[in-house]
Amino acid sequence: MPLTFTIIAIVTIAAAVAALSLRNLVHCALALSGAFVGLAGVYLQLGAQFVGFAQVLVYVGAVSILVVFAILLTRNDQPTDPLFSKATLASLGVTVAVLGVLVWAIAKSSVTKKSLPPPPVANVKQIGDALMTKFVLPLEVIALLLTAALIGAVIIAMHNGSKNKDGGHQ
Amino acid sequence: MTTLAGYLTLSAFIFAIGLAGALTRRNAIIVLIGIELMLNAANLNFIAFWRFSEHPEALTGIMFVIFSIGVAAAEAAVGLALIIAIYRHFKTTNLDQIHTMKG
Repeated sequence: MPLTFTIIAIVTIAAAVAALSLRNLVHCALALSGAFVGLAGVYLQLGAQFVGFAQVLVYVGAVSILVVFAILLTRNDQPTDPLFSKATLASLGVTVAVLGVLVWAIAKSSVTKKSLPPPPVANVKQIGDALMTKFVLPLEVIALLLTAALIGAVIIAMHNGSKNKDGGHQ
Repeated sequence: MTTLAGYLTLSAFIFAIGLAGALTRRNAIIVLIGIELMLNAANLNFIAFWRFSEHPEALTGIMFVIFSIGVAAAEAAVGLALIIAIYRHFKTTNLDQIHTMKG
């Protein structure tokens, strides 16, 4: 196993664990962007440059910032979670079972033993050609979905506390 | 050379970490972060299987991940807007204290 993959994998897993176990929410958001950067590194290593840079733009640039905004807008003196309750232990049991099944299936399968084929060419020109010809209908659908989701998010998060006084949206 | 199993195992670990966070933590934002990590593990699987496939020139794995990233971005925006709306109503993001609609 090459050294670069090992390093990226360890950093990604450590950042993911930190993102979900730290007590300070801002530290969680920072560790989350670290995990996203690690995943983008894995994509680049696999030869998917466009997806790697899209991952950096969308996840590190947008989703992490959205999470930070949500953390700052919902700031209060958070009661810390109880460390070991019965529900926590049950959840960890479920998680270990899921991980065990996944790793067992991966280790047992014969498909996963293949070594790396020669690198394919997947440059931006080919991806753009495919998006504009073969995948043009999914592209339009995702554009509609994004528009609807953005309008919906704005309407949901809009502050309409004075609706009763004004009798309508502000 | 790294085999496909290495990437799939990394993806399985990220999925399990996201699942553990979504199940154990009681803060709604952390639960959403866990869901995002699980989605990313699925994306990593798509890219790994595309890279090791017989016909990578078909670009199906890359296309699937691009659309998946788009859907995940929409999901994150709506989810965080919902969390902000819920916080405005209940003054908390602790999922254990949001039990008005619990049966």
